[in-house]
Amino acid sequence: TTADFAVKTHIWTDDWQVHHLIEGSDDERKHKKLLEAIGSMGGRKRKKQNERSEASVQVSEYFVNAEGTGDKVNLSDLLGTVEKTSGASNKTKKQLRNLQSSKETLELPLNKQQTEKVSAEFSVQLLVSCWKNIILQNQKAEQMVFPLNQESSGPKRVEQVVAGWKVQTPLEQEIFRLLHGSRQPVNDPVLTPVEEQSLKAMSLEEAKIRRAELQKARALQSYYEAKAKREKKIKSKKYHKVQNKAKRKDFLKQFDEMVKTNPEGALEELKKMELSRMEERMSLKHQNSGKWAKSKAIMAKYDDSARKAMQEQLQMNKDLTQKMVVPSDDEHESIEEGLETVPDFVNDPETVIDPVNPWMRGQLTHEEPEVSCVTAEEVQTAEEENEEEEIIGEFERKRKLRQVVEEDVVEVSDKEEEDEDEEEDVSEFNTLFRLMRSEKTREGSNQTRGGLNTAGEEDEEGLLSEGQIRVRSIEDLEVLDEVVEPRAIEEPSAPQTAAAEATSEPPHKKKREINLKEVLTKEAKAVRLPFLPTVVDEEERDEQISIIKEAFAGDDVISDFIKDKSRQEAAGRPAVVDLTLPGWGEWGGVGLKPPRWKRKRFRIKTAPPPPRQDQKLPDVIISEKRTASVASHQVSQLPFPFQNTAQFESSIRTPIGSTWNTQTVVKNMTKPKVVTKLGAIIEPMVKEDFIKSKTTALWLLEIGHKKFVFSVLGIVGLHVNSCAFCL
Amino acid sequence: MAAVTPEVLTSTHVEKMKKKKLPKRYWEETEKTDQSQRRPEEEQGKAGQNQNKSTVKEKSLKRKNGESLEKKDPFPGEAPIPQKQLQKFQRGKKCKVPAGARERLKEAIAISEAMSEHAQKQAARYDLLLPEDAGFLEGDEDEDTNTISQADIADAVDITSGSKYFNLHLSQFGPYRLDYSRTGRNLLVGGKKGHVACIDWQTKDLKCEMNVMETVNDVNSLCTLRSASRWLHTEAMFAVAQKRWLYIYDSKGVELHCVKKFNDVLRMQFLPYHFLLATASATGFLQYLDVSIGKEVAAICTKMGRLDVMAQNPHNAVIHLGHPNGTVSLWSPNQKESLVKMLCHRGAVRSLAVDKTGTYMVTSGLDRKLKVYDIRAFKPLHSCFLPAGASCLSLSQRGLLSAATGEIVQVYQNVLGSNPVSKPYMAHRLRGQIWGLAYCPFEDVLGIGHGEGFTSMIVPGAGEPNFDALDTNPYRSHKQRQEWEVKALLEKVQPELIGLDPGQLSKVDQASFEQRHKEQIEALGFDPLAKDKFKPRTKKKGRSSAGAIEKRKRKVAHEDQRDEIRQSVQERTEREKELKEKSNEKKLGNKSTLDRFRK
Repeated sequence: TTADFAVKTHIWTDDWQVHHLIEGSDDERKHKKLLEAIGSMGGRKRKKQNERSEASVQVSEYFVNAEGTGDKVNLSDLLGTVEKTSGASNKTKKQLRNLQSSKETLELPLNKQQTEKVSAEFSVQLLVSCWKNIILQNQKAEQMVFPLNQESSGPKRVEQVVAGWKVQTPLEQEIFRLLHGSRQPVNDPVLTPVEEQSLKAMSLEEAKIRRAELQKARALQSYYEAKAKREKKIKSKKYHKVQNKAKRKDFLKQFDEMVKTNPEGALEELKKMELSRMEERMSLKHQNSGKWAKSKAIMAKYDDSARKAMQEQLQMNKDLTQKMVVPSDDEHESIEEGLETVPDFVNDPETVIDPVNPWMRGQLTHEEPEVSCVTAEEVQTAEEENEEEEIIGEFERKRKLRQVVEEDVVEVSDKEEEDEDEEEDVSEFNTLFRLMRSEKTREGSNQTRGGLNTAGEEDEEGLLSEGQIRVRSIEDLEVLDEVVEPRAIEEPSAPQTAAAEATSEPPHKKKREINLKEVLTKEAKAVRLPFLPTVVDEEERDEQISIIKEAFAGDDVISDFIKDKSRQEAAGRPAVVDLTLPGWGEWGGVGLKPPRWKRKRFRIKTAPPPPRQDQKLPDVIISEKRTASVASHQVSQLPFPFQNTAQFESSIRTPIGSTWNTQTVVKNMTKPKVVTKLGAIIEPMVKEDFIKSKTTALWLLEIGHKKFVFSVLGIVGLHVNSCAFCL
Repeated sequence: MAAVTPEVLTSTHVEKMKKKKLPKRYWEETEKTDQSQRRPEEEQGKAGQNQNKSTVKEKSLKRKNGESLEKKDPFPGEAPIPQKQLQKFQRGKKCKVPAGARERLKEAIAISEAMSEHAQKQAARYDLLLPEDAGFLEGDEDEDTNTISQADIADAVDITSGSKYFNLHLSQFGPYRLDYSRTGRNLLVGGKKGHVACIDWQTKDLKCEMNVMETVNDVNSLCTLRSASRWLHTEAMFAVAQKRWLYIYDSKGVELHCVKKFNDVLRMQFLPYHFLLATASATGFLQYLDVSIGKEVAAICTKMGRLDVMAQNPHNAVIHLGHPNGTVSLWSPNQKESLVKMLCHRGAVRSLAVDKTGTYMVTSGLDRKLKVYDIRAFKPLHSCFLPAGASCLSLSQRGLLSAATGEIVQVYQNVLGSNPVSKPYMAHRLRGQIWGLAYCPFEDVLGIGHGEGFTSMIVPGAGEPNFDALDTNPYRSHKQRQEWEVKALLEKVQPELIGLDPGQLSKVDQASFEQRHKEQIEALGFDPLAKDKFKPRTKKKGRSSAGAIEKRKRKVAHEDQRDEIRQSVQERTEREKELKEKSNEKKLGNKSTLDRFRK
């Protein structure tokens, strides 16, 4: 059939030529219509074809066609000379080559809504992140004094008073205008304020911080984009339907909220809705007037589903004309032509680049001083970014120019087409640009990976070297062994006393008993007295008797004590649980003992308790009972930052009471976490409370700027990270 | 700038030269600093008109030239604190920040460490405000201090101190027990036969005197003051353990309470920071009375028979009881059984005393031995044999031990320590049998109650010379006393906190902590406090092979253990080095350089 079709067209074109020859170019329109009518009669939509004709009076670009060559235009055809020209930079050449070789279809940029959403989310994140540090700082602060930024009471220094003085009367104002109008330095002649400002404008660190932020923004953007793309790729109509519905609902909800919170925004939304409604009303889209609808209308008599579909369409129309917009992307049919067209900027001559100072090509570079002091690696990346920047800038300029030119020259062409074209172009560029960038980033990532690798190598080397240090000689190992062996516990030196000997007793029980006796009966040193008691009272005599008694009972005292102790020890020991069942699985009866294996298996021994505190003290019984009374006052859970009990205990080891400390220390240790001034209003914190330096203010300004860029680019459909202002 | 610096140099140079010759005066200083510049000026303005102007200029110049001209502080920074003093106020060990600690933990530790260090330093710095030193008695050559009689001492010292040696002849109402108030101002004596008197002993002012026998009817005429009378925390009240019940009187001798729950009390101890009156009875009960609320806190049946030997450990408020079977048991109101039981003597324990820091306990028994124990480790330090045995023991604030052997009071010095006692520091003979011994707080005075009355004896070096005026102020006024009372009540320590370790409160309750931790592990399925396992980073280029990872893991394994070992090795080597050096020194010390000329 294709061959047949080709033949037909040939015939038709021939006919047309004949016609043309005969009737002239006046009736072109009529002919066209005729052709269309004929084409539609065939039932198949024919491709609109234009053919270059002979030179005629009216030259229109709409009659210019590449049909004649039969092939598509290649990039190399247009840029073949670039390879040969010496002026063009190698990079550009390479890029072009890459562009040529790439065969992938480029992805469309995000639609407006998605871009807006992304940008909004990101800006919120940025705003929140600037508070993070101050929150952390306040959490850590030992004391907070509210209201913030209080003026210190008491006498002030002269400088402070002078600095805080404000000009009030008109005379003063006049004088100060005269004095400070020139902005010339008065006291310190080294730098003018302008110069100082320019110096202070940005430090290296700030630049780094900002760069990091930008990178983060880019990354986030790309993630969101990828997500949106993935979702967009889903072909299921049902899915999209459901999603659209959900979106609509969501939007309605948001709108309701918006009405309350942000009436201006709501008004804007309303306007938008109005616009879309107008568009819907203008178009015939859902009015069942299309071909499909007509066919369905025929079917509707017999087919319920067809009827339903038509009703749905109508309902849709109703909804749209009444309420709001459905973001519909599938309005336009994809148009094949122009996919391979090349953006204009490619044709432009490359501006002369100073290899030493690549930053000069960019239009809006605020950060020249910053870049000048960054490291070599950064310079490279900055260069790349600048290139991007430059390209975009150029492109935009071109686009504007072209728009103007088009508007000037092409008045005849209908607007819709033009718009489409433009959009097409933009998307084209976007995809192309993205490709280029992705290549670059790939390069960059390769580089960074290489860097990482080297870093890793270094790390490894460091570790290795450390390991070498750790490896010890044999002597060291020996020393270690010795250390690991338990050292003999040094006994407290008590050389002569008998008591000291008691401590060095072996822990064996039987021996201990003997030793204990020894301890108690061993002769102690007698004390020489200046005067001995002369008179022995009756009581004294009584005492003597009791002494004798006690002496006889002495052995009992010791044995009693030992018995007591052994009893205590036994009470502390856990009992063995015997679960043997006599007669189970064997003969039972009186006098039969369960076998040994059974006893072994079914007697459950619990783990022995930790050694008693008085294990090594023969003449002491220390109670092992846990006192629960203190436990209720003790801390039983580790407070947050501490990882073990020792850390926490050492952190509270210093008492804070005035009994143990000097007055100042007590005050210092017990100062309240929050101090408020009586009667003062504590306002919520604002940025001015903690941002004083100009630099941070600048940073904030930038955030504002970024927001602006987001909104602008959201409309145009460009990438945020390709914004020339940001880099 | 280049123009300025040479000026500075020259000027300083000149100054230095001049300095050597003349003592500098403040008015001369500026003139000298820039003489080289001023010379022409001086020539011009010799008339004296210019003087003002020139000084102004000089000042400005001086400021410009900077600090080089100013005099430097010879002792910059804070005054150093001697290490010994710092050590005195050291509380616990410093905590080291663990290697892989979180940022918050590091901060917390750093803050607490800084704070405790600051507190320690400040305390050490203010230690200078306790300037008083304890006195002592020094004999002539080959003269024992224990032969110096009280009369001699009283004669030798100033009149006020001399008046602290006195006798109260109270032979009627039999052997006396005594107690000083916490500030050391007031003295309470109680005779066995019912005589109770409280005296401001320094002014010899009798505050109240009564015979309990007189206050009750003659049915109770046999009622004797059994054993003890005790000041409660203020001078306002005192408790008397009478034959059957415990009575509480006010300072005027008016009976306030008769506590019938506390019967047959033999001995009493008052825990001032807990407001607890601990009593030991003849029936073997140890009871605690909270005097701030008048409630019995605990009653413990010791099952040890008659309890007539009692002492308190001021460090941790644990009550020590001596028993006839030679044991000493330690008690807290929170436990029905004794915390610790030590076998100290072969015979019955006759007397007990615990020193102020809670480190040492001195016991005497019927076996006529005097033993000193380290009650932190429950180990005997040394013992000595007293021929007559000590019936009463008392430890002073500065660690002097007085022991009553029959009718002689002996005072020992340096008992608390590892060296054994050889002879008493002081001795004093009395008329009757000694019944009670007590040191007066913040005074070099030992009060002795005996059969013939009461004797106040001068013991140089007994009392603490520096008192804490916020805690116990001997010179406090009425108002101060009232304030102190309020504060003391506010800071009252609860009886639940009494235990062997007074620092128990500052420790984490390990048992419940572990229990809770176990539960947590069960609930979570992992240990939240466990150390993170070392996870080697993944590396590229084939260096993350299983073998390589294992190798890297092994490098880090047992790192903490290794650290410990390393540290101990280092310590040991250092110790060895020191020892070597010492031995070397010894060798060298024996051998002087001139030894080689010796034959």
